[in-house]
Amino acid sequence: LGAGAALVTVLPFRANAAIEDHVAEFTGGAEVAEGGVTLTAPEIAENGNTVPIEVAAEGASAIMVLAAGNPTPPVATFNFGPMAGAHRASTRIRLAGTQDIIAIAKLADGSFARASQEVKVTIGG
Amino acid sequence: MASGVRPRVKVPSTASAGETVTIKTLISHQMESGQRKDSEGNTIPRSIINRFHVTFNDETVIDVKMEPAISTNPYFEFEAKVPESGTFQFTWYDDDGSVYEDSAEITVG
Amino acid sequence: GNWSRLAAQQALSQDQLLEFDTFGNVTLMHLTDIHAQLVPIYFREPSVNFGVGPNRGEVPHLTGAEFRRFYGIEDGSPSHYALTSGDFTALARAYGRMGGLDRIATVVNAIRADRPDALLLDGGDTWHGSYTCYHTAGQDMVNAMNGLRPDAMTFHWEFTLGQERVREIVEGLPFAALGQNIFDATWDEPAEHFKPYQFFERGGTKIAVIGQAFPYMPIANPGWMFPDYSFGIRDENMQAMVDEVRAQGAELVVCLSHNGFDVDKKMAGIVTGIDVILSGHTHDALPEPVLVGDTIIVASGSNGKFVSRVDLDVSDGRMMGFRHKLIPIFSDVIAPDPEMTALVQAQRAPFEAELKEVIGQTDTLLYRRGNFNGSWDDLICEALLSERDAEIALSPGVRWGPSLIPGQDITREDIWNVTELTYPEAYRTEMTGEYLKVVLEDVADNIFNPDPYYQQGGDMVRTGGLGYRIDISKPQGERISDMTLLKTGERIDPARAYVVTGWASVNEGTEGPPIWDVVESHIRKQGTVTVPDNTSVEVADR
Ligand SMILES: [Mn+2]
Ligand SMILES: [Mn+2]
Repeated sequence: LGAGAALVTVLPFRANAAIEDHVAEFTGGAEVAEGGVTLTAPEIAENGNTVPIEVAAEGASAIMVLAAGNPTPPVATFNFGPMAGAHRASTRIRLAGTQDIIAIAKLADGSFARASQEVKVTIGG
Repeated sequence: MASGVRPRVKVPSTASAGETVTIKTLISHQMESGQRKDSEGNTIPRSIINRFHVTFNDETVIDVKMEPAISTNPYFEFEAKVPESGTFQFTWYDDDGSVYEDSAEITVG
Repeated sequence: GNWSRLAAQQALSQDQLLEFDTFGNVTLMHLTDIHAQLVPIYFREPSVNFGVGPNRGEVPHLTGAEFRRFYGIEDGSPSHYALTSGDFTALARAYGRMGGLDRIATVVNAIRADRPDALLLDGGDTWHGSYTCYHTAGQDMVNAMNGLRPDAMTFHWEFTLGQERVREIVEGLPFAALGQNIFDATWDEPAEHFKPYQFFERGGTKIAVIGQAFPYMPIANPGWMFPDYSFGIRDENMQAMVDEVRAQGAELVVCLSHNGFDVDKKMAGIVTGIDVILSGHTHDALPEPVLVGDTIIVASGSNGKFVSRVDLDVSDGRMMGFRHKLIPIFSDVIAPDPEMTALVQAQRAPFEAELKEVIGQTDTLLYRRGNFNGSWDDLICEALLSERDAEIALSPGVRWGPSLIPGQDITREDIWNVTELTYPEAYRTEMTGEYLKVVLEDVADNIFNPDPYYQQGGDMVRTGGLGYRIDISKPQGERISDMTLLKTGERIDPARAYVVTGWASVNEGTEGPPIWDVVESHIRKQGTVTVPDNTSVEVADR
């Protein structure tokens, strides 16, 4: 191997075209505003196999969660019924590496809102 | 049916009328993603819980479409309105057709 | 320098070290990161400790002469020796060892004589780091520390004893085990056994002490040893706890923290209402608190070298002022407390023969602290390469472990002091050049990410047989370059598999002989060890 050979650089995965397809499927192609939905996730995952996340959007009928850097990005869609006390839910998800998590909410007025956060997954010790 | 599947739910036993209560649920399940390989290099087929549905007195609280990215032993926390005494019904749907159920009573007093 | 031992000793007295104009109505004593060092040791502070982002050039990231200039410390003075790295061997010969729980007891007792209701708070990393600690699963430290009568404690390495053992010890502790960020991993609720805070009535003041355990436990240490627990910084919950204790009438809010200094600084800027943060984990010893807004942050060193005393004037429900002293524990100057001497001796007696066995000698100052390498780690890497027959060795960038000065015997105790942990297997495996780079980049980002909340507080993984260049100001993936196999001088080939050895893997099921056996065997063969200067890491000019 020559001295000039470059090593592979590992960068966080970013949203790409495939992600936009999933979003479009959920929104029917409608416009998506930033804000109006809250996504809470740790800055650093304690364990990439079980990363706690929480989504919330007042009055939302549904919130979809995507993990942009997973082999298959869809994670879950939360549909809220008439007995939902607050339009909020938490779960634990698998992340294949450092990446952005995206939440898209369908709000009460039928419009869509988006939030994203990067979660770092480290190989540790 | 996947073996050793056990649902657990945490619901307060009492509430005041119209109160919002926090509910936590956990079900032991491998959630085989369909992306892992066994020691011979063969893909282990996907076998997950794909839907989680919660009702209170037969009306939906939350209905979750679940993908393989949900962790082993799926956990959910959410909130429900409690206008009167009644029953929470929890249902998990497995890829293999199995259905797991649990329920909890709450008394408004 | 050429300091005579006698002159140095004469310049110091116990009274002088303890001298303190009692102030206000409340006294806090802080002790942290003892790492099971029951008896006096040498401990060289780092010569390289870079700050990044907002902390570049800020304390605690000043070292050596820069540190002495900043605090007005004279060359050759006791503070030079205790707090900085230059001229260490000569100063160590002049001033002697530091620490020892029996000397600490003398200091604690003297402060209590002055202010009987002073609070003693232990910042954690207490039940880890020695031969006796390993063989008693932390019981030696529990017994000895109970003799000091602490009022509260928080945690880090303690959890590597395994969750059952931790619960067993905590159930019997005669003081509060605190951590507002210790959560039950299954239900995401505050964990049983650990309270978020404890109230104390002292000096007519209602004091709340809130615990903050090490946030990155399952990342930096093997999470499989404590699967029931989840940690994290949880600064929103910290704010909720501060508000809760204030609502219950707390006039002074103290955070007993194992966040690490830069994380504490950031947290102090986000969470309002904390008066004092007693900071641990990053092992910094600072002669003055750092102020962030209305919060003072106190750093009390490691390995038993220091006790911090903070006197506070709390009136009308507010902290009105403070007086602080970082008390260096010069073991030849502070008289040992006889009761504690006996207690420590009782813990060590069953192991005395094993502890004292001489394995070899050293010609070189053996120390650990520094961002990129330490001579102890160089020796450990050499031992790994030779005993495990590998091309590359990796050794974790931990900050504990006392120093040895040239001419000293190396005993079994000394080896265990720098290697003891509960996952000691010295593995031997293959890694591609590409993966090695991923490892180095990953660890580098845990230290040099400009956002303190991404920093885990250790130092860079030490490498044997492998050189590299690092530009710490770059983002993850771009910091490491010019990776070289030192044996041949060739660049590391991303596609080639290299035989790699290391220890302290966080992965369950790691196999290999314990690292202390590897190091002992190597030193025995050497007789007298000489460790050449490490020139394998080039830090890019910033
Ligand atoms: Mn420590
Ligand atoms: Mn620590």
